[in-house]
Amino acid sequence: MKILRKTMMLLSVIAAVGSRAVATDATTALHNPTSYFTPAAPGSKAPDKDGFIQRWLLLEPVNKPNRSNAGFVDTYVRKELSKENFPGQFTVIPRDGDTVTAEGEKLAWHAIDATGFNVKLFRFASGLNKRVYGVVFWTVTVVECPQEIRNVRMAVGSNSASMWWLNDQEAVGLFGDRRMVMDDCVSKRLTLSKGRNVVRGAVINGPGMSDFCVRFIDENGKAVTNFTITLEPSGR
Amino acid sequence: MKFSLFGILAVSVLALASSSSSFAVEGEPYIHDPSTVTWCDGNYYTFGTRGGGLISPDGWTWHSGAVRPGGGAAPDVLKIGDRYLVVYGATGGGLGGQHSGQILTMWNKTLDPASPDFKYTEPVVVASSDGTEDCDAIDPSLLLDPNDGRLWLTYGTYFGFIRLAELDPKTGRRVEGNVAINIAIDCEATYLIYRDGWYYLLGTHGTCCSGPNSTYNIRVGRSRMIKGPYLDNMDVDMLRGGGKLLVAASGRFIGPGHFGLLDLGDGVQKFSCHYEADLDRGGRSVLDIRPLLWKDEWPIAGDNFREGTFVIQSERSGYALELAVDTVPMPQIRHRLASGPVGQPGSTANSAPLPPVAPEAPTGPVPVQDVATIAKDWPAGNINVRLGDYIIRPHQKWTIIPVADQGGYPGSPFFKITIAGTDRALVATADAELTTVAAFTGTPEQLWRIDQLTDGTYRIMPHTVPGTKEQFALTAVGASTISLVKFDPQGDKSRWMFRAP
Repeated sequence: MKILRKTMMLLSVIAAVGSRAVATDATTALHNPTSYFTPAAPGSKAPDKDGFIQRWLLLEPVNKPNRSNAGFVDTYVRKELSKENFPGQFTVIPRDGDTVTAEGEKLAWHAIDATGFNVKLFRFASGLNKRVYGVVFWTVTVVECPQEIRNVRMAVGSNSASMWWLNDQEAVGLFGDRRMVMDDCVSKRLTLSKGRNVVRGAVINGPGMSDFCVRFIDENGKAVTNFTITLEPSGR
Repeated sequence: MKFSLFGILAVSVLALASSSSSFAVEGEPYIHDPSTVTWCDGNYYTFGTRGGGLISPDGWTWHSGAVRPGGGAAPDVLKIGDRYLVVYGATGGGLGGQHSGQILTMWNKTLDPASPDFKYTEPVVVASSDGTEDCDAIDPSLLLDPNDGRLWLTYGTYFGFIRLAELDPKTGRRVEGNVAINIAIDCEATYLIYRDGWYYLLGTHGTCCSGPNSTYNIRVGRSRMIKGPYLDNMDVDMLRGGGKLLVAASGRFIGPGHFGLLDLGDGVQKFSCHYEADLDRGGRSVLDIRPLLWKDEWPIAGDNFREGTFVIQSERSGYALELAVDTVPMPQIRHRLASGPVGQPGSTANSAPLPPVAPEAPTGPVPVQDVATIAKDWPAGNINVRLGDYIIRPHQKWTIIPVADQGGYPGSPFFKITIAGTDRALVATADAELTTVAAFTGTPEQLWRIDQLTDGTYRIMPHTVPGTKEQFALTAVGASTISLVKFDPQGDKSRWMFRAP
């Protein structure tokens, strides 16, 4: 319950922040972000019309001080994001409210639906009054496919560097001081299995905003949308 | 006018790549976040972060001395009527810092701090960010829409959204009731320009302020409407991180950022930027001014002209600039064609088939003519110039190198143009014609300004035509005849290409 209250607090804080922002007269969510998250609804969710996955489990930020993003070279990012900070880091599919201990802090998982195409990690952390800079964000989601889909690519944009895995296999890495650009880095051809496919990611950030966006694209660069996303454990 | 920029660029880049290293502007051009380079009362001005700025009489040699109060970050300047509107961010904003900021505007009748009219009005706040919202109110820039005279402000940085707001061009204040809208993310130093039905939003991506480790680069999206959406060449919205690359690091310069348009008219456009690090100046941040080109309705960064040896080819006729001297024939070895005897006149399609002939053995390379050998037969005095078929002769190859300490023009020094391997120099005459003199002496009529035009071709102008202040350009007044004429931006008569000889 405590965790649930914190999640609701996060959402209300974010909504309030949005309402204090300079008002906008555009109509889309991109132009008028009054809120960036809602609690993940029960059941499955389709990706948005452009294929972006909006339902995620987000772990509260793990402390990882970095005063600059300039040091996010391949070797550093790979080393830091391959290091186990908490048990089950590379295997678990947590439930909303589950907690872990990482870097001496008790951190909770939050099941959220992003209202935009991207997941605004900075706002996730600031809404919970957690540290926003010098952190690693871990995230997990499950893609359910009614049938096998071959030759897709995982397409990611992140701020800042990040690594992503599909079904425990490394899919794509974004290294350097990155800005979030949709389809910035794309995996080699992958196969989405029939049934459940686990997508896991970690975003590392020093100072500045942090967010990410993930979708699958086909051979022609078009969005793959014939799947759903769920955060419910297998067998439910 | 024909538009063959892609091919032109390929050839010109090939030609220029073999020339010497490039250079940023001269003097002490140390600045970060330069405002639009603005002409005022005989000087160019640009302002930078933390106040102050640079002044240049010619756009080539820059010194400190511009005055802007208020400190803060990344100002911009726009001349409206007979006044200058200066806009700046009062905070530094910044990564890891606070994100509450204010954008302020103020007026001045002149940018010349020595003028009795030099006095800024009291600055007024036109936009702000409260430190928690997804915007950091720094890095402003201004566009006066040529279609309707409305004045637009963009501002913001990586902390959230880039925003567009409307100002009153009469007062410089925010239009009452105007609501800012979000038009981009993940960039800073945005800048709006309008051209041929498109609004272009330029923004700087990458890492700032890390010297030679900065990844700053300038990108662009475009929209038919001022309020967007601004899409890149892949139709990615700048609200999703899109942006077509305009310019990145090159040569000895790392991290170009903070675009500013300098429209010189007559089809000559340039842009200002700063490099995060000039490796020839200790890695300091410096100003540069470079040509702005256009291809398929997208802006492209050109390169300032670099020294080298070239064919100077007319876009009108394709003929090459040459001395009006006898073409010295090269020895001709008459080869027999494999299918028949050489030079058989009168053969027609109805001729009987010729018997097969065995091909000749390969022969060795043929040397090109040596300028020292050929030039000794040229007249000693002035020799006129003309246009002719290019056949790789010494009187058709020109060496072009910058001339030190003779000033320049925006982004570049003046050049001398001499026949390769000699000191024979191209010169403008008092009757606005052209000739060559036996030796370069550095007089103004021997100095040349070479501007790359927006289609990738070049305009060539003498520093001075003796006896007049009028400006003239090298022009193919006939297919094979060249003269100095007032530059005509329409057509190909005054357009030139520099090709590898």
